[in-house]
Amino acid sequence: MKIMNMVNAINDALDIKLGEDKNVVVYGEDVGVEGGVFRVTEGLQQKYGVERVFDSPLAESGLVGTAVGMAVAGLRPVIEMQFCGFVYPGFNQIISHASRMRNRSRGLYETPMVIRMPYGGGINALEHHSESMEAIFGHIPGLKVVAPSTPHDAKGMLISAIESNDTILFMEPKRIYRAIKQEVAEGKFTIPLGKANVVSQGTDVTIVAFGAMIREVQKAIVMAKESGISVELIDLRSIYPIDRETIAKSVKKTGRIITVTEGPRSFGLGSEISQIAIEEAFLHLEAPPARVSGFDTIVPLPRGEHHYMQDPYKILYEIERIVKY
Amino acid sequence: MFNEYNPLKNTIFQIIDNDGKVINKAWMPDISDDRLIKAYKDMLFARTADLQIVSYQRQGRIYTYPPNYGQEAISGATGAIIGENDWMVPAFREMGAMLAKGVTLKELFLYYMGYEDGSKFQKAKFTLPISVPIASQLLHAVGIGYAVKYNKEHKVVFGFVGDGGTSEGDFHEAVNFAGVWKVPVIFIIQNNQYGISTPTSVQTASDSLAIKSVAYGVKGIKVDGNDFFAMYKAIQESVKVCLDGEGPVLIEAVTYRKGAHTTSDDPTKYRTREEEEAWDIKDPLKRMKGYLKSKKLWSDAEEEKIIPQFKEEIDRQFIEAENYGPYPKEDVFKYLYAEMPDDLKEQERQYERFLQWKAAKVK
Repeated sequence: MKIMNMVNAINDALDIKLGEDKNVVVYGEDVGVEGGVFRVTEGLQQKYGVERVFDSPLAESGLVGTAVGMAVAGLRPVIEMQFCGFVYPGFNQIISHASRMRNRSRGLYETPMVIRMPYGGGINALEHHSESMEAIFGHIPGLKVVAPSTPHDAKGMLISAIESNDTILFMEPKRIYRAIKQEVAEGKFTIPLGKANVVSQGTDVTIVAFGAMIREVQKAIVMAKESGISVELIDLRSIYPIDRETIAKSVKKTGRIITVTEGPRSFGLGSEISQIAIEEAFLHLEAPPARVSGFDTIVPLPRGEHHYMQDPYKILYEIERIVKY
Repeated sequence: MFNEYNPLKNTIFQIIDNDGKVINKAWMPDISDDRLIKAYKDMLFARTADLQIVSYQRQGRIYTYPPNYGQEAISGATGAIIGENDWMVPAFREMGAMLAKGVTLKELFLYYMGYEDGSKFQKAKFTLPISVPIASQLLHAVGIGYAVKYNKEHKVVFGFVGDGGTSEGDFHEAVNFAGVWKVPVIFIIQNNQYGISTPTSVQTASDSLAIKSVAYGVKGIKVDGNDFFAMYKAIQESVKVCLDGEGPVLIEAVTYRKGAHTTSDDPTKYRTREEEEAWDIKDPLKRMKGYLKSKKLWSDAEEEKIIPQFKEEIDRQFIEAENYGPYPKEDVFKYLYAEMPDDLKEQERQYERFLQWKAAKVK
């Protein structure tokens, strides 16, 4: 075991896969010499050389499109989107090719590639650096979308993602890149994609969240406990495919469900999860499913961001509301 | 000029040397002494402000900021020429040109302190807000150019991008559209040698960035971006070309980002002190000052006298921005639509109810 933050854990996963599979290549804007703007790929170019870990020209469509080409030709590219807000020039390649190649060629070609992408707010950033747009990616048929909430999960999930024969959008909660440290097993281990994690057991309310929101929910759970409310927390880990079974099982037990997400509310992940609760556990529900989410607005610049963010009180407010319903 | 300095020849347009001595009399622009001194003062003001902002950032009084240090001649020459009715389409490293358009330092401070209000320019006309997604703004410049031409207006559009931005598809689409539509747009590439840590040699295998104009049938020129006179002349000629209906023009301004990419960046990771020193010799203010001193238009004594006045003015505007006050919750919601949809109004009301509950809870 080794104490790691999420940056160390992702670096470790990349190191392990670069070490054991010569088809793995890692590239993106500033990932080589500098080791990435968040230092996630630090040291990897020195260790594996410029043919396997390298800086690309500044072009996100170029990044995703060339990764599609590499992947159909047998490599396993892991590319970095510097910030979530800059992925959109590459969106065309994601939605038009990366997610479709296997289906289009009836299985002749596939695109085993990982798009790593820091996402989310709470870091006092400039415009386009704080969004959490998992919903629009979850909506793309043929794409898998995952997001870890701990260093341990980040390592195991990224190794699984690189070994997967699908295209994986790997969303990294940059707000907690260095905020959480924990013991992470050394060497290789995997966490299956598509399985949620029940972080803590409870009886009154189920909360489903992912990424940086897990920590915020945990703070709210402590406050709720003071009022005698017992909350079960599910870390989704995978946005698509979504773990219906774990959600259903929990809601059948608690009868109440709240989703906590950072993205805009309408057409968001919360709606999808509420629908799952309705479909799978309708007769167990004691209250309408509730959402804690961003507003249907742009994430404000830092001085206004506190209005938008999901602080533990926003979560507690919904917990108290749903219990009293 | 555009024939003589055709990018296919891969020469660089310069007028003064590193000491400020004129080495290219044929193209020396005709600028009055007063305007020259004003241009130098504006550049000095921009530099003083830039360095001061970085120190405010180090004190935790402002968020992430992208310094302009070392690139002042590009914005300075633009600022000396751009008219109040010309369009300014910035990226995010054009402080001098923004100030020349009438954007105030206070507004820039507000932006970097995390208020969108900093992009609601009170005085500057025809100036778009800072654009963060790389190169995307150049297409807007072309669209504006189309509207200018359509309305038969006598004005030009300045669109800025960095060297890294020339790798984006939007850059190529913009220059191509501009060429096809023959719009009055002056594209200025600030080639400061790095896109964050990535050197221009990793962005392109071309001999220059200016040469990209050739394939799109657009006039182009590679200019010493640390040479105020060369930048001034190149922009002046470009304006003429645009107003004659012969635009667009692509200018590659070769410069060096003496500071970090942003205050979050550490250049020691990817470049050497020797390289930085080699560029110090070509510093744009030093060179222009060399010229002005040789003509007895400026002195070190004047500079020493004026810098404290600049600092006082910068500090005054900074403190005004610091005292701007809280960010009202309405501002999160009210600018998204011409008329706010009911659902969004309800979200605002829900938030208000939450705030009331929280106020009671944490009492």
